[in-house]
Amino acid sequence: MQGEGGSFMITLSKDLIQITREQDVVTLRNRVKELAVKIGMSLLGQTKLITAASELVRNMLRYAGGGTVTLEVVLGDKVTGVRLTFADEGPGIADIGLAMQDGYTTGKSLGLGLPGAKRLVNEFSITSEVGKGTTVTVIRWKNGL
Amino acid sequence: MQSEVTKFLEKNKQSILTQWMTNLAEDHILREELMSNEKSRQQSEELLLAVLKVIASDNFKNTESQEHESVSDIISEVSIYRARQGFTPRETATYVLSLKQTLAEVLDKKFAGDARLLYESARELNQLLDSLSITTFETFIKGREEVIMRQTDEISEISTPVIQVWEGVVALPIIGTLDSMRTQTVMESLLQEIVATGSSIAILDISGVPAVDSLVAQHLIKTVSATRLMGAECIISGIRPEIAQTIVHLGIDLSNIKTKTTLASALKLAFQMLNLEVRKGERK
Repeated sequence: MQGEGGSFMITLSKDLIQITREQDVVTLRNRVKELAVKIGMSLLGQTKLITAASELVRNMLRYAGGGTVTLEVVLGDKVTGVRLTFADEGPGIADIGLAMQDGYTTGKSLGLGLPGAKRLVNEFSITSEVGKGTTVTVIRWKNGL
Repeated sequence: MQSEVTKFLEKNKQSILTQWMTNLAEDHILREELMSNEKSRQQSEELLLAVLKVIASDNFKNTESQEHESVSDIISEVSIYRARQGFTPRETATYVLSLKQTLAEVLDKKFAGDARLLYESARELNQLLDSLSITTFETFIKGREEVIMRQTDEISEISTPVIQVWEGVVALPIIGTLDSMRTQTVMESLLQEIVATGSSIAILDISGVPAVDSLVAQHLIKTVSATRLMGAECIISGIRPEIAQTIVHLGIDLSNIKTKTTLASALKLAFQMLNLEVRKGERK
């Protein structure tokens, strides 16, 4: 599998969680924490990853009514990391550039979910098609800043 | 059902009950520590009598008849009782299904010669008891859900205690996740307590909040604004280093809010704001 920088990446473990209700946010956070602790991420790293996951999963619930989260432990360039993929079949995002701007929201939130999550992880990619859904993939490396 | 079968069952109900209780004891699901044998026997008798009444009635096939309803009521009662006493789902299901087994055994002994009759009766009995086991399953889960709901209520109540730490200062330690529902409860109890105690400073302690994302931050900001509208000042304490860095990276602006790392330093700030001075007294 190709990583974002074109480097080789191996998936060490893979797990799926279905998100349908607000309570699932807590379940997901706990699972993400488990993985982060397992690969030995620092407390700061854990908190950042958990918060990013929390933002993205709330977006999924709010705008798409739910979706699927794939949790993976990946081995990149000599370092392990946690990769989370948030896939929904919601309305999609018309202008990703706009959605990634601080303070932009179509709801009543602070508008920090997507751009904030991006700042909390090491790799971030988003694809979206109007009417089809949105997929966000994030990676946080064990030793990431 | 054939009348000779119903008559036979009616006549032998006491021995059927004994047989059933023996079967239950053999399967080790009487669980005397959860429920006395006497109570067990009494419940079983009630259930057996209701089942026999359904079998004997003319409208056996009509599942909405009065007889069916009364047996459903009894089985619901039994299941909920067992759920509360702490029986496992398996034990409760086995309890009902063992009646089916017992009746089959009894009929088998008596009508072994008449295969057709035996088959017909067994089939009808199966149908009835299967539907009863489904009811058991449903009500058992309902019983457990009630327990969970009650605990959820209790948790949300105990998790939002507002404490008066000083005259004019109330503190509210928040533990766990702040979702919309919790925020509502937190805000309500905080505002009420501010009025009740006439406090002018409220300290929100988030030491026990595992992660502060933008939604939680938004809820906090709303609570602070509401407190200010009540004429009180709000201090947020318990911001751990990793939470502080995460908030900065997220881009949440909390600069308008007074924040402190510990509850103690928040209290100190509150004293300053109230022009109070705390110092060591001289020993007399």
